[in-house]
Amino acid sequence: MRPIRIIRSQVIPLNINNIDTDQIIPARYLKTIDKSGLGKQLFADWRYLPDGSPNPEFPLNQQRYNGASILLAGENFGCGSSREHAPWALMAYGIRAVIALSFADIFHNNALKNGLLPVQVNRDDHQMILDMTQELIYSPISIDLENQLIYLPILRTVAFDIDPFSKNCLLKGMDDLDYIQSFSQQIEEFEKKHFIPYQ
Amino acid sequence: MKENHNLFEKIWNSHVVAQEKDSPTLLYIDLQLIHEVTSPQAFTGLKEKGLSVRRPEKTVATTDHSTPTIPAATTEERLSYADEECRKQIAKLEENCRTYGITLHGLDSSTNGIVHVIGPELGLTQPGMTIVCGDSHTSTHGAFGALAFGIGTSEVEQVLATQCLLQHKPKTMEIRIEGTLAKGVTAKDIILHIIHTIGVGGGVGYVIEYTGSVIRSLNMEQRMTICNMSIEAGARAGMIAPDDTTIQYLADRPFSPKGEAWDKAVKYWKTLPSDPQAVYDNSITINVSRLEPVITFGTNPGMSIPITGKIPSPETLPNADAKANLEKALQYMGFKPKQKLLGHPINTVFIGSCTNSRLTDLREAAQIFQGRKVAPGVRVLVVPGSNQIKKQAEAEGLHNIFINAGAEWREPGCSMCIAMNGDQLAPGEYSVSTSNRNFEGRQGKGGRTLLASPLTAAAAAVTGVITDPRTMI
Repeated sequence: MRPIRIIRSQVIPLNINNIDTDQIIPARYLKTIDKSGLGKQLFADWRYLPDGSPNPEFPLNQQRYNGASILLAGENFGCGSSREHAPWALMAYGIRAVIALSFADIFHNNALKNGLLPVQVNRDDHQMILDMTQELIYSPISIDLENQLIYLPILRTVAFDIDPFSKNCLLKGMDDLDYIQSFSQQIEEFEKKHFIPYQ
Repeated sequence: MKENHNLFEKIWNSHVVAQEKDSPTLLYIDLQLIHEVTSPQAFTGLKEKGLSVRRPEKTVATTDHSTPTIPAATTEERLSYADEECRKQIAKLEENCRTYGITLHGLDSSTNGIVHVIGPELGLTQPGMTIVCGDSHTSTHGAFGALAFGIGTSEVEQVLATQCLLQHKPKTMEIRIEGTLAKGVTAKDIILHIIHTIGVGGGVGYVIEYTGSVIRSLNMEQRMTICNMSIEAGARAGMIAPDDTTIQYLADRPFSPKGEAWDKAVKYWKTLPSDPQAVYDNSITINVSRLEPVITFGTNPGMSIPITGKIPSPETLPNADAKANLEKALQYMGFKPKQKLLGHPINTVFIGSCTNSRLTDLREAAQIFQGRKVAPGVRVLVVPGSNQIKKQAEAEGLHNIFINAGAEWREPGCSMCIAMNGDQLAPGEYSVSTSNRNFEGRQGKGGRTLLASPLTAAAAAVTGVITDPRTMI
């Protein structure tokens, strides 16, 4: 996992509530045994017209958001299925952070495990970022994970919360499997006394 | 010492392996279920890191998500209906199970079926356990008083390697269901009503415990329907305390404890229900005495109305976001504000999925199909949840009722719930479906899904339009 310090990019606005994992990556693209190559299928049903050509109205297809790596969504982003293909697809496309009013639980976990930064902001700050992306043609922001701050080009900063454990993993690019494995002694001891009393 | 814990807390506390300051809890996992779609990359990860599976006997595999459900006499014939990608996923799972010594209830097995159907059916799912699976509907197993939740593929890999997971302790919500359920109103209607009431994000951060007299009166299959859709309200898990109904269901299942172990198990299971003074972070009570059959009209499971009701109007909504979301949903669904759904024509009916593919569900549907025919031009798929259910249903003659009515009686699998296996809607088609998600394109690109109970789905199948099933029973 690549360590995260500062993510600087234009913000792609996709201000819709309850964007589910079937929109992020439709189920028909889950018939793979690999993690890679899912970037093309990101938001496939919104991003492409029935003939397969790019939908010019969809933000990802607009030139001003070319190469951007921060997505702005509404409430409950990533609801629905547990498919980790959702963060894989976002990362493969080049998204490094998603700013939202709230996140679905499993998606949030999956994002962190892949070094995709979920940033939860309050309604006022969300509106401010959204307004800014609409008023300014090019308006990159910086997300500073270490200091838990978003720097906006309008000389405002927005603070955000993240649990200290996840923050540390992301800053170091650490896979938390290593952390779990450091408890192998405790796991062994636990298994000895763990009661499923009838087994 | 006076105990004062709820069901969730009891299970959580007995599975904590380690807890460091400012870190998530390291939780022990008793059972992991895996399937062909979300496990291959986990095994690849193990291989790349040179790790083994710590406790292969605590992981159980099935194939269900991408497998064909077209009737077939042999496994070879069945696989011939699968596309190459599906066959590759199945082969990969077989290879991984062989390499790591994991039991696989594969397509050729009499115990094959949807992962959340076979776990309980085989008695693998038991009260007091922690259960995970790379599938969000793992919440189903909570019906037995287990703590069961969906995880991503990285976490599948972690459980394979360590039998543990890092978890932030969720909050608890009690949803008490009281009243008397009217005829024709089912567990599916209750859970759709709950999701409508608390919202699709209403359960985020919580484990829900369903309590109350109505929950107690439900059989295990109905309880599974309720817990199954906890995730559609955003909850980490849904649970129901074990009672005599639970114990009776588990008696004599293939993997249930036997003899002396059974007696010990029952004694332990009886300690699990929440203590009388237990508290929750949030408690709500819902009276279902006046509940009608519920049907969704929109593009998330919270967008539902009573079957005789009208679609809400965006103007009545409090904020601009909600208004825009409803407008977007209605546009996708081809519905108008204040429109009634009764009488609206439909194209397809799907009876199946981990929500509603068990014997109780098939019997309910058969009750409507008995002596009636599927309406002309309507396609009806009845997909049992497992080979065992298929066999039981056939022993009861239910399959003949479906087939004589003009429905397709399929092999088990997830089928048109996730539409990965070729069972799917054409763009613009309407389906009444007993599954759990009505997201855009969920049942096929451009398809329009209305979620409902098996009774409501069967009623639509024979009339060809959205119908109140209470008029037909």
